[in-house]
Amino acid sequence: MRTEEIRDHLQSLDSSLRLRIVLESLLVENPEDLARAVRALKSSPRLKIDFLSSVTAADYLDFLETVYHFYSVELRIGPVVLRARTRRDDPKIPSLCGLFRSAELQEREAYDMFGIRFEGHPDLRRLFMWDNFEGWPLRKDYVQEDSDVLESQDLAWLEKNSIHVSQELKTRALDLQARGLRADAQRPAAEGPANSGAP
Amino acid sequence: MAKKESRLGVILAHAPNVSAIDEGLKSELSKKGVVVTTLNHLYNWGRSSSIWPMQFGLACCAIEMIATACARYDMARFGAELFRASPRQSDLMIVAGTVTKKMAPQVVRLYNQMPEPKYCITMGACAIAGGPFIDGYNVLRGIDRYIPVDVHLPGCPPRPEALLHGLMQLQKKIESQEIEKTAWYQKGLKREYPVPEFGPRGLIPKFNPEVWQPRAKDNRKERYGEPILIGKKIKAPDLDAETLRRASGGPAK
Repeated sequence: MRTEEIRDHLQSLDSSLRLRIVLESLLVENPEDLARAVRALKSSPRLKIDFLSSVTAADYLDFLETVYHFYSVELRIGPVVLRARTRRDDPKIPSLCGLFRSAELQEREAYDMFGIRFEGHPDLRRLFMWDNFEGWPLRKDYVQEDSDVLESQDLAWLEKNSIHVSQELKTRALDLQARGLRADAQRPAAEGPANSGAP
Repeated sequence: MAKKESRLGVILAHAPNVSAIDEGLKSELSKKGVVVTTLNHLYNWGRSSSIWPMQFGLACCAIEMIATACARYDMARFGAELFRASPRQSDLMIVAGTVTKKMAPQVVRLYNQMPEPKYCITMGACAIAGGPFIDGYNVLRGIDRYIPVDVHLPGCPPRPEALLHGLMQLQKKIESQEIEKTAWYQKGLKREYPVPEFGPRGLIPKFNPEVWQPRAKDNRKERYGEPILIGKKIKAPDLDAETLRRASGGPAK
């Protein structure tokens, strides 16, 4: 089935859905409608969507987007791709865990990497990174540490384990601490933070 | 035993035996069934001919390691076929694959759990320095930041022949060691490497300065120009314009 046909079919099932074609996929204009759109996909006798194969996310600098790939194993239809966009400064998307159990793990992954909060998820916590990790590493504005420069917390740990640290490394770490800086990986010079406006 | 005052006694007490065995004589004697050797040689020969590697792999390099151990390349020819599932029973850790920051503490802990004498081969670009993931937030830039490495084995992944070569290099290293000077027979040996911890942005510490220190000069920068900039602001693709273009059958950008 072509994307246009799927859009028209979904809108005939639920006329309040606002869908827009983006490339080969359907953008659910209001993320609140996502669960309704998926329910329509599931209940449609023409599509019989029964498998959510992938939940992923992307950072478009002006907004964050989640992308869903659906299949019908029974009718061999798919992938039917849905997108939903959300604000960058307060990203919230309704969870699909109630409709597809397979969303649980992958929504955790999207939360881990992009910080998108999936509302209604039963167990939303980090998946790949450890619990006390800070920041969302796959966002475009994530600044990672410079792993060649020791910082004050490294010095404290090394001292606790009675490991000798050369004066040069120590001086650099204490200098950073005195200036209230972190050791960041190199970034281009003139660059402001990415936008955080509405989609 | 002669008295200490006598000339012979002085010689026996103070002169260590440093005379090397004449190779020709050794060969002649061996033809008559007499083996002349040194304790050092015997000790190293035994160790280098039965290296037991630890059975674990981290990524695709592990597949090459498995191939090396299988029939075609047959690592058993070098006495290293017995892959042990426990660090307590192994001599050699082959770090085969990408060491993520999340995995690094476990790798260091496993190395600590191995009994002396122990050796480490880093297999592949990732284990040596992070490989293609060197600028990533999640991959450790080389396991040699936390534990000492005996043989660095470059490749992506190295072929089985390369692993065999690395093993032979390690055997050479073992054979060059002297039983009297080896670290594991010395008093007060401290060979426990502290296990790094998870911090808010990465591992704490970033490296163990007793094992590894950053280079004064960044060779990568010299060779490839400016390093890849992290967090570089790129232009997001305009999907709506692209959709319109495809719908109208317009020319590609």
